[in-house]
Amino acid sequence: MIKVALLVLRKDVAIEARSREIVYTTLFFAVSCVLVFSFAFVMEEGVPVEGAAAGILWIAVAFSGTLALGRTFERERYGETLRALLLTPGSRAAIYAGKLLGMVLLMLATEAVLTPMVAFLFHAPFFARPLQLVALLVLGTIGFASVGTLFAAMLVRTRTRDVLLPILLFPVTIPVMIAGVRGTAALLQSPPDEAVATLWIGLLTSFDTVFLVLALWTFEPLMTE
Amino acid sequence: MIDFTSVQLADVSRHFGRRRAVSHVSFTANSGDIIGLLGPNGAGKSTIIGMLATLVTPTSGAITYGGRPARELGGALRGSIGLLAHELSLYSDLSARQNLVLFAGLYGLDRDGMIDQALAVAGLSERGDDSVSAFSRGMRQRLALERALLHRPRLVLMDEPFTGLDDAAVATVRTRLQTIAAAGAIVVVTTHDLDLADGLVTRVAIANAGRLVADERAATGLRARYRSLVGN
Repeated sequence: MIKVALLVLRKDVAIEARSREIVYTTLFFAVSCVLVFSFAFVMEEGVPVEGAAAGILWIAVAFSGTLALGRTFERERYGETLRALLLTPGSRAAIYAGKLLGMVLLMLATEAVLTPMVAFLFHAPFFARPLQLVALLVLGTIGFASVGTLFAAMLVRTRTRDVLLPILLFPVTIPVMIAGVRGTAALLQSPPDEAVATLWIGLLTSFDTVFLVLALWTFEPLMTE
Repeated sequence: MIDFTSVQLADVSRHFGRRRAVSHVSFTANSGDIIGLLGPNGAGKSTIIGMLATLVTPTSGAITYGGRPARELGGALRGSIGLLAHELSLYSDLSARQNLVLFAGLYGLDRDGMIDQALAVAGLSERGDDSVSAFSRGMRQRLALERALLHRPRLVLMDEPFTGLDDAAVATVRTRLQTIAAAGAIVVVTTHDLDLADGLVTRVAIANAGRLVADERAATGLRARYRSLVGN
């Protein structure tokens, strides 16, 4: 299973290294999103609205992640390559795992650009507790991408997939968004509230475990027409 | 890989909502057969191919591979099936070689020499490192055929394999299909081109409106027979 997942991941990385289409569009969208919010929430004196930074970071992550999910599976739909992957003898759950790993890497790369940008524009001390911030981002990204990858794969053959993906994805990932925003906001307090952040990290871990198991379990039956 | 010498569809139907794509289809394909699955657009040919490939589940009826159902054989059965669909299932941003290496890995094949040989058979030895997006339809078709046959499948499913090929490439594909059938594979080919099917297929299954209206040994005068059953 690990071998197949890594092959799928390596394939996605090789395609992206050649085309750079999804990385550029996702980054451009995420950066634009943060800039628009900065015009709205940073006052003329350069003082941002208090407590806005955490929400803006996670909104940009969710919006750009949704865009990337759609594009990744659009690539598999074009030329029906997903069908060819599903016809290989390895576990279909491994194909899901490979696609998920690719999405997580892409989203984390976007977050690596977004986080310092939001920290700079909104004067947010994101790096006061770097380990906890990384834990929140990584776990939140896994939770969001685990649900998103499953839904994007399910919707790949529907004509209204671009509309349906966010409609289905956002309600289910509300716990991830709440945990991410509240946990990050707790770290931005002065002094940082580590206990509250740890509580939200625990909730994200539980969410990730439940949805990863569900997605790995249901991917094969859901992908059979 | 699972070894089997026959595939049987027994009273198989597939409905998509209220639409009956395939209705009560039965036939048996044996090792060495090249079955021409013919019929007009919407006859249910691609759905039958999808069900044989285990990608589409029948609404009712049973499909067995060497007498055993797909559910019993699990993922290993997929390692015995090769599918060339109308869409070619190639990554256009990867090179021909990268496409073959990826699928060789996914099928758990030993790649030594295999990739170069497949590129040579596809006539792409000189273009192996070029991106597939730079290939003509015919070159992609030949590459997709070799990708589908890379793991030497027992059941070879070809949905319109001659689309976009010039005469020389058509002759190559015909010879290739005859060779793999002679080696013991079961080959099922859908095509609209009755002239191409004539002389290639050993059995003819004609579908119309989701039903199989003929399942017989191939004989001369295929076009006349087809017209008598389906019309123009």
